[in-house]
Amino acid sequence: MTSIEAHVQQPYKYGFVTDIESEVVPAGLNEDVIRLISGKKGEPEWMLEWRLKAYRNWLKMAEPHWPNVKYGPIDYQAISYYAAPKKLPKLDSLDQVDPKLVATFEKLGIPIEEQKRLSGVAVDAVFDSVSVATTFQAELAKYGVIFCPISQAIREHPDLVQKYLGTVVPYNDNFFAALNSAVFTDGSFVYVPKGVRCPLELSTYFRINASSTGQFERTLIIADEGSYVSYLEGCSAPMRDENQLHAAVVELVALERATIKYSTIQNWYPGDEAGKGGIYNFVTKRGKCAGANSKISWTQVETGSAITWKYPGCILQGDNSIGEFYSVAVTSHRQQADTGTKMIHLGKNTRSTIVSKGISAGHGQNTYRGLVKIMKGAEGARNYSQCDSMLIGDKCGAHTFPYIDVRNSTAIMEHEASTSKIGEDQIFYLRQRGLSSEDAVSMIVNGFCKEVFKELPMEFAVEATRLLGISLEGSVG
Amino acid sequence: MLEVKGLRVAVAGTEILKGVDLTIREGEVHAIMGPNGSGKSTLAQALAGHPAYTVLAGTATYDGKDLLDMKPEERARAGVFLAFQYPVEIRGITNSYFLRSALNSLRRERGEPELDPIDFLQFLEEKLKAIGWDDSMMNRPVNEGFSGGEKKRNEILQLAVLEPRLAILDETDSGLDIDALKTVADTVNKLRSPDRSFLIVTHYQRLLNYITPDVVHVLADGRIVKSGGPELAHELEARGYDWLRDGVMVS
Repeated sequence: MTSIEAHVQQPYKYGFVTDIESEVVPAGLNEDVIRLISGKKGEPEWMLEWRLKAYRNWLKMAEPHWPNVKYGPIDYQAISYYAAPKKLPKLDSLDQVDPKLVATFEKLGIPIEEQKRLSGVAVDAVFDSVSVATTFQAELAKYGVIFCPISQAIREHPDLVQKYLGTVVPYNDNFFAALNSAVFTDGSFVYVPKGVRCPLELSTYFRINASSTGQFERTLIIADEGSYVSYLEGCSAPMRDENQLHAAVVELVALERATIKYSTIQNWYPGDEAGKGGIYNFVTKRGKCAGANSKISWTQVETGSAITWKYPGCILQGDNSIGEFYSVAVTSHRQQADTGTKMIHLGKNTRSTIVSKGISAGHGQNTYRGLVKIMKGAEGARNYSQCDSMLIGDKCGAHTFPYIDVRNSTAIMEHEASTSKIGEDQIFYLRQRGLSSEDAVSMIVNGFCKEVFKELPMEFAVEATRLLGISLEGSVG
Repeated sequence: MLEVKGLRVAVAGTEILKGVDLTIREGEVHAIMGPNGSGKSTLAQALAGHPAYTVLAGTATYDGKDLLDMKPEERARAGVFLAFQYPVEIRGITNSYFLRSALNSLRRERGEPELDPIDFLQFLEEKLKAIGWDDSMMNRPVNEGFSGGEKKRNEILQLAVLEPRLAILDETDSGLDIDALKTVADTVNKLRSPDRSFLIVTHYQRLLNYITPDVVHVLADGRIVKSGGPELAHELEARGYDWLRDGVMVS
């Protein structure tokens, strides 16, 4: 092992299990299970019907195998689709949250007691299949901002949910999106009214705790005309030998002149050195710039999961709308990532920017897959794409699949790509100036990712830098 | 300060240094000259501890410590500095951040407080002026897009900031115009002091017109074949290296 390769292996810090009494629905998937989930959430009939429609479609669909990842067959009947702590608080009374849950999130660095507020951040904490606390709901309500678990939104804001749910990612969009539409349990709902600049960063933290369960989060964010919201999600899971499925759907809708900034720090359990265990992160995320001059910006830092399969994209429907995708994906040990974005240009003078940074270490395999599609009516559309790969060691891989489909001759497309190997010479140079080899690698990696990190909200940029330090520590000795 | 005995070093399985002996005392400036491929840069890299250079035999004692047993960063923190012949680029990291991190790692070692960005800029001002730079060079990523001459100036700036006890300059003069060469020489001359030593690796005598060495060594085929005073450099300039190669071993 060269001195650089020796640097990537560091134990996963968030792998503990919370010992809490949970109600877990027996494994298996059928219409009765879906009725049970819907019933537990107290959902109206239309929601159940939508779920069943998705389920019946899913039955006819096949799991996709085109991503550049390898894994054994998934037994969908061996997964439990609902797990929740038994002692759940009543809505909007944070003091009733089970202290064990409070302690769990505290340990993860997510304070759910409002007096310990993270500066300027409201948090929705999701534990297995349920939201256990959402902070600052009352304060946000003063501005007309709705920030609540999606199950609560289905009951309390059915008009908004019915109007937008499935409009960006239809229930039959793809195999995993259809599965999610049938069995989704919790996630966040955000509505920012016209002209309001959301006064807090909104954030959801997803924690998988129970074993043999899947997590199927569903998030819906609507930014009404002229509004602004910045949202961040984080996640982690215990270390287990089994693979657990996380199949989420996120839909964003930006109306005229609205801006949504969506940031992800993904740190699901990546499996051990030999590739045993870890989360399968099969996720569909899409935003629609429905109105003119709207903007959706995705920033993701993907360090966890055994397998990552996600392409947060933008449908640029409104004229002059802007889509952005900034990504850092790290694969070490036996991790595999097939991630990128889709930018679909429909409106005139729409612009998109893609900056993707892939880092592979150990035996990790990192694939960038992106689609930029300029439709016929998209006069004057522009895209800039930049895909950079960094290799640490000689057993990992980096792959790039950029697809470009242009149907309007006025489009301006730019694509840049680079592959670099973090070399002994670079590390030696820094060590010769007095830096330790760990500090040298982390400086080189941080420099490589800088264009993405600068897009993250301040508090989380620090977190992301730290996280990258952890997931790469030990890959250089 | 530095005593090298019988040093044999291989790169990728090929022996390059075949037994080098060298003693540098405090305050001395030594020049190592020699034809291409004689092992000059190998000596510089091996003394700094580059992992690709394997020590086969010999010893190197620095301030009474076994230099060859120290990691590269330990050598750096103990005051050994190498000005690289081919400085690397580090994207996304500003020159300023990089140099402050390096300085602070040395200051920590010496038990001195670390400098914050503002203190560092003040500390840097004079040193920047000396090499004819302004702040703008410090806000650019390390060596990215720098010309060959700018990269060398950057090495010299680092030398001036880090104030090592033993500075090794590996062909810092190659590819420099006369103004840049004078800047390098000025910086070195200003830093000369009774407790600081220099090992200047060069192919040409040019730089030695501006920095007068105490001792000049000729390295040929992995061995020091001749040592002498500053006049030896002039002799080499006039006669080339070939007369030393024909088995003439003078010490």
